[in-house]
Amino acid sequence: MHYYAEWSDLTGAGHAIMCMIKAENRYNLLGEEDVGLNRRTFVSLGGTAGALAVGMPFIRPSYAQSGPLKLGVLLPYSGTYAPLGDAITRAMELYVKQQGGKLAGRDVTFVKLDDESAPPKATELTTKLVQGEKVDVLFGTVHSGVAMAMVKITKEDGVPTIIPNAGADQITRGMCAENVFRTSFSNGQAGFAVGPAVLKAGHKKVVTATWKYAAGEESVAGFKRAFTKGGGEVIKDITIPFPDVEFQSVLAEISSLKPDAVYVFWAGGGALKFIKDYAAALNGKIPLWGPSFLTDGVEQAVGAAGDGVKTVGHYVESLDNPENKAFVKLFQDAYKIPPDVYAVQGWDSMHLLDIGLKAVGGDISKRAQLNAAMAKASFASPRGPLRFSSSHNPIQNFYLRELRGGVNNYLGIVEKELSDDTTGCKLA
Amino acid sequence: MDLVLIQILNGLQYGLLIFLAASGLTLVFGILGIINLSHGSFYMLGAYAALTLTEPLGDVFRALAVGIPLAFLFGLAIEWLFIRHLYKRDHLQQVLLTFAMILIFNEVQQTIWGSHPHSIPTPPYLTASIRLTETLSYPVYRLVLTAICVALALAMVIVVQYTRVGRLIRAAESNREMVETLGFDSELLFRFVFATGVALAAAAGIIAAPVESAYPGIGDKVLIISFVVVVIGGIGSIRGAFVGALLIGLADAMGKVFLPSLASVMIYAVMALVLVLRPAGLFGRA
Repeated sequence: MHYYAEWSDLTGAGHAIMCMIKAENRYNLLGEEDVGLNRRTFVSLGGTAGALAVGMPFIRPSYAQSGPLKLGVLLPYSGTYAPLGDAITRAMELYVKQQGGKLAGRDVTFVKLDDESAPPKATELTTKLVQGEKVDVLFGTVHSGVAMAMVKITKEDGVPTIIPNAGADQITRGMCAENVFRTSFSNGQAGFAVGPAVLKAGHKKVVTATWKYAAGEESVAGFKRAFTKGGGEVIKDITIPFPDVEFQSVLAEISSLKPDAVYVFWAGGGALKFIKDYAAALNGKIPLWGPSFLTDGVEQAVGAAGDGVKTVGHYVESLDNPENKAFVKLFQDAYKIPPDVYAVQGWDSMHLLDIGLKAVGGDISKRAQLNAAMAKASFASPRGPLRFSSSHNPIQNFYLRELRGGVNNYLGIVEKELSDDTTGCKLA
Repeated sequence: MDLVLIQILNGLQYGLLIFLAASGLTLVFGILGIINLSHGSFYMLGAYAALTLTEPLGDVFRALAVGIPLAFLFGLAIEWLFIRHLYKRDHLQQVLLTFAMILIFNEVQQTIWGSHPHSIPTPPYLTASIRLTETLSYPVYRLVLTAICVALALAMVIVVQYTRVGRLIRAAESNREMVETLGFDSELLFRFVFATGVALAAAAGIIAAPVESAYPGIGDKVLIISFVVVVIGGIGSIRGAFVGALLIGLADAMGKVFLPSLASVMIYAVMALVLVLRPAGLFGRA
């Protein structure tokens, strides 16, 4: 999400520059020959920038052979979401390694592409993998906008597709498909799960705040549905332009509304800054809630400002189940860092494919049986029991966590085996 | 009513911070005639320098004291390596080179500091906050930040208006050849101005770091808003940048609370309005 916005911001800069150039041509600062831009040179500038942008994503080594299974991976390896892409990739590779380097008896090769979290490039890159590389399975991606464009192509093509993160509701609602699976969450589902927890904590009047973009609005909509159904009242929805991180206005408004609690959806740098600003402005007077994205990845960086922030999510590092313990140890030994929720999603993506492949004896050409086996899959994930709704979105537990001392502490299950609604999906 | 007053405070505070970032850009563009797209990158590098320097040095002000000379030297080097070749070339080539610098600096940032967001501690003696209303407090560091921005703005005005260097800069801005004819080394002057621009951007990045944090892409946002401020204020005008930045800060703060559906276009609407009424900007020479 971030990276795309930056690109469009740069286009914005282009406009600003044009204005300046126009202004400047009225007088010349250096008293030299006028060097204004005419329409043609500006167009060619746009063309150059476009060519640069398209030329940038590079193909990581691919070994085109006929023998092994070819796993296409479309993930962000640069930009804001690079850590997520890395975590997912590492866990997927670890799963294959732990299976002895094979899935259902077949060797595998990876063909990885950096999607840069840039939706304008998604169609081209997906086509490159699906039609150019002719991958047998496609994994991707983190950014919802990229995932939507990707799914449009794979839905048509029929290549089995597993989404290890992107939460756009539509992918497992109106846009659902036989061959498209998601092992993470939908934005609405993750927001919905927070509602009951906030009610249970005794809060009746809540203000929501997020960026004005799809993921934020879907998250807030999910939260509101659960919260108002249980008798709560949302007194105001505050949105600011994406990816703005100047939050003082939001905080001033929250303090003037005096709600019982605040529900927010931010992630990454925005989440870090908001938690710090919130603590400084409101001094812990109004409890802060959100889906787990609010604190994941910034636990340490927020420091004491994060103490007491409550989040609800489908994973906590300290979950006490044998699969999680084994997974944490395996990951820690392999990469010297503890796994995060994204690693779990990557691990489960490969696990899901493994289940499907075993059902067809490694014969990837039997797509219908493979899809059917994956749709019926039900297994123990490090996050707890995991199975799939009719629209192929995870049915999973959601846990209450409280950030304290740089760690998201497990406080219990909020929602057991929560499914997202499948509005608009005709799969049975 | 409280909300209006608080938003005015927020707007002024935000505006002053933008001014600090934009002042370097307007200097470089006004005097050197260079469209420096990499200006935001210097802000970003400042924020990350704060991250690296604050811990060993103790607090962010010491990081500032070390960071400014470093940034100035860095600016001299960049000017000597790249920028000086651009003075006689057209804007297209300037844009191409400085855009490439954005990509390079982003990659450098990724390699050195990684892509996780980082937080920079507020100096321990400034962590208190002042109560504004029953529920809302204002962090003291933000007020100090505002004071520093005002002080720097005053210092710049004094330097440009009342010192020999300032007179030279103004002279070179209005007629470079005449300054050269009179025997001044404009090459040296230009190098000095560019390095000052870099130092200002980096300084903004460093002192804003405890409030803004450091994360990938932070510089791009600053770049856009700086260009808007420069356009509104009039190219090359420090005073214009000051007024423009405050205008943008206030428009942004008010827009977010009172016209949320238009918040994202608010600052561009202000820019468009100014350009219609005064095409050369508020303080630009038409």
